[in-house]
Amino acid sequence: MLVQEFLESSADRLPDKVALIGDGQRLTYAEVEAQANRLANAFLAQGLQRGDRVVLFLPNCLELAIAIFAVLKASGVFVPLNPSTKSDKCAYILNNCQARFLITSGRQADLAQQLTQQVSSLKTIILTSPPAETSTGNVLNYTAIQGDYKSHKPPKVNIDLDLACLIYTSGSTGDPKGVMSDHSNVVFAASSIIEYLGNVESDIIIGLLPLSFDYGLYQLLMVFKFGGTLVLEKGFTYPAAILKRMEQERVTGFPGVPTIYAMLLKMDLSTYDLSSLRYLTNTAAALPPSHILQIRAKFPWATLFSMYGLTETKRTLYLPPDQLDKSPDSVGIAIPGTEVWIEDKQGHRLGCSQVGELVVRGRHVMRGYWGNPEASAARFRPGLMPGERLCYTGDLFRMDEEGFMYFVSRQDDMIKSRGEKVAPKEVENALYGLPGVREAAVIGVADPVLGQVVKAFVVQEGDELTPADILRYCRAHLEDFMVPKLVELCVQLPKTSSGKIKKTDLK
Amino acid sequence: MQSIEEMLRQHVAENILFSSQGYAYPDDASLLENGIIDSMNVMELVLFLEEKLGIKVEDFEIVPENFDSVSNLAAFARQKQSLFVSS
Repeated sequence: MLVQEFLESSADRLPDKVALIGDGQRLTYAEVEAQANRLANAFLAQGLQRGDRVVLFLPNCLELAIAIFAVLKASGVFVPLNPSTKSDKCAYILNNCQARFLITSGRQADLAQQLTQQVSSLKTIILTSPPAETSTGNVLNYTAIQGDYKSHKPPKVNIDLDLACLIYTSGSTGDPKGVMSDHSNVVFAASSIIEYLGNVESDIIIGLLPLSFDYGLYQLLMVFKFGGTLVLEKGFTYPAAILKRMEQERVTGFPGVPTIYAMLLKMDLSTYDLSSLRYLTNTAAALPPSHILQIRAKFPWATLFSMYGLTETKRTLYLPPDQLDKSPDSVGIAIPGTEVWIEDKQGHRLGCSQVGELVVRGRHVMRGYWGNPEASAARFRPGLMPGERLCYTGDLFRMDEEGFMYFVSRQDDMIKSRGEKVAPKEVENALYGLPGVREAAVIGVADPVLGQVVKAFVVQEGDELTPADILRYCRAHLEDFMVPKLVELCVQLPKTSSGKIKKTDLK
Repeated sequence: MQSIEEMLRQHVAENILFSSQGYAYPDDASLLENGIIDSMNVMELVLFLEEKLGIKVEDFEIVPENFDSVSNLAAFARQKQSLFVSS
């Protein structure tokens, strides 16, 4: 099965059912299918070749959801980018994956023009809204495409070993890495998650997380697979508006991250009728056990799933909800059809209560990092059968006597803020780009709502820089969730005997 | 005396944009769509209204109609202040 067939088979089976709600519109499966086919035919007319990368640089919107399936229908590979990504990193990623197409909004038309100068592979830009000024070069418009191209389904070319998407994730070196998923990986992961969540056609899921984040993306993919409805929102910025929408649409599934739950728990929910809610899920970072109790008290009629995963395997573990009372701080067992174990540094499997690295086996283990054989070889290692890949997660776990897994810590210094991974090195690299910065060190500091916040320690050459200058620079060069919340100017940073910055002494 | 709009522009420029050149957008520009604020900054705006203008903001009032531009924020603040004065 190919990923675009999630949409195609639902459109055959349920053409008149509402598939997508968002931006004030309600689109049926037949309408989504027709729009995706028209866009796919435009890609092909523009010369898209099998396996070409199409970067999707958009906030959550209907066009983004449709474009994901259109790229696959045209036998391309979609690359979703966080909409707050700044120009340097966009250029890095487009060059890294040798993108041929870029889809973005009219507001980003200037950036798109700039990228055509910086990225030689980039041939065509598609704008989803009119730009402020007329653009030059090969720029198409989404609305015009919908009028100009036919809605017949393009011929199927790919097989399930072909790549479906690249999802860029922060690397500890500071450079983002594109996780390669083939169609079979995505189909397997989506099916496994649907199985343990028990999704049915009548499910209505609210999509708050960005489609550029695999947790957000899979909400769309899974809903289209089981023929449900996705209510697509741009985020949880206005919780009251989201709760109202959930009430109106009778939402049954709520995928959240700890920051969203921390915000929900501060609110009075008694004025909203959320009785339609069947389940809530959490991943990206662990919920504190006290929050688990409070969530269950606020939604006693709904089931809470605690989960764990990393982009390299999509989802890895889930806690069957009936175990939540017994092991609230566990993230559970391997998702259906997969297995996990814990290894020490010498590669020996460890028993219960021993701490080691979590290793994952299954068809959800992705294909590696795009164009990065060294990083791929470290993370994805040969498995039990010839040609098989295991994923070495880099996360330390322990297991209890009944086989339930407990997250202990990361092996690297990655920060988790708002459920997103922040590589200290990436923030430090940005800081070193600011004239006047002599030394910079970045750490995560515990925060009750955000999980961790990013804190930067900066030693400057003279005395001209203020914390506001540093924050302004960071805002211009880093995605929102990477921008430090705290900046401390220092005279010097603590060092080890070999002269390296000693981060363990920073607080 | 500073108008509410001026206070809001100054607050967003200094504490959210960290701008040394003030607030360079029209008052009716969407804060979120233009990337002026991110999702977490809305809570900072709530605190600003509560601490600097003495307004009590209820959860259900934190919606785009009240928060997504300098104009919306100012209109919301005035409406809340007038309710406070008249009650």
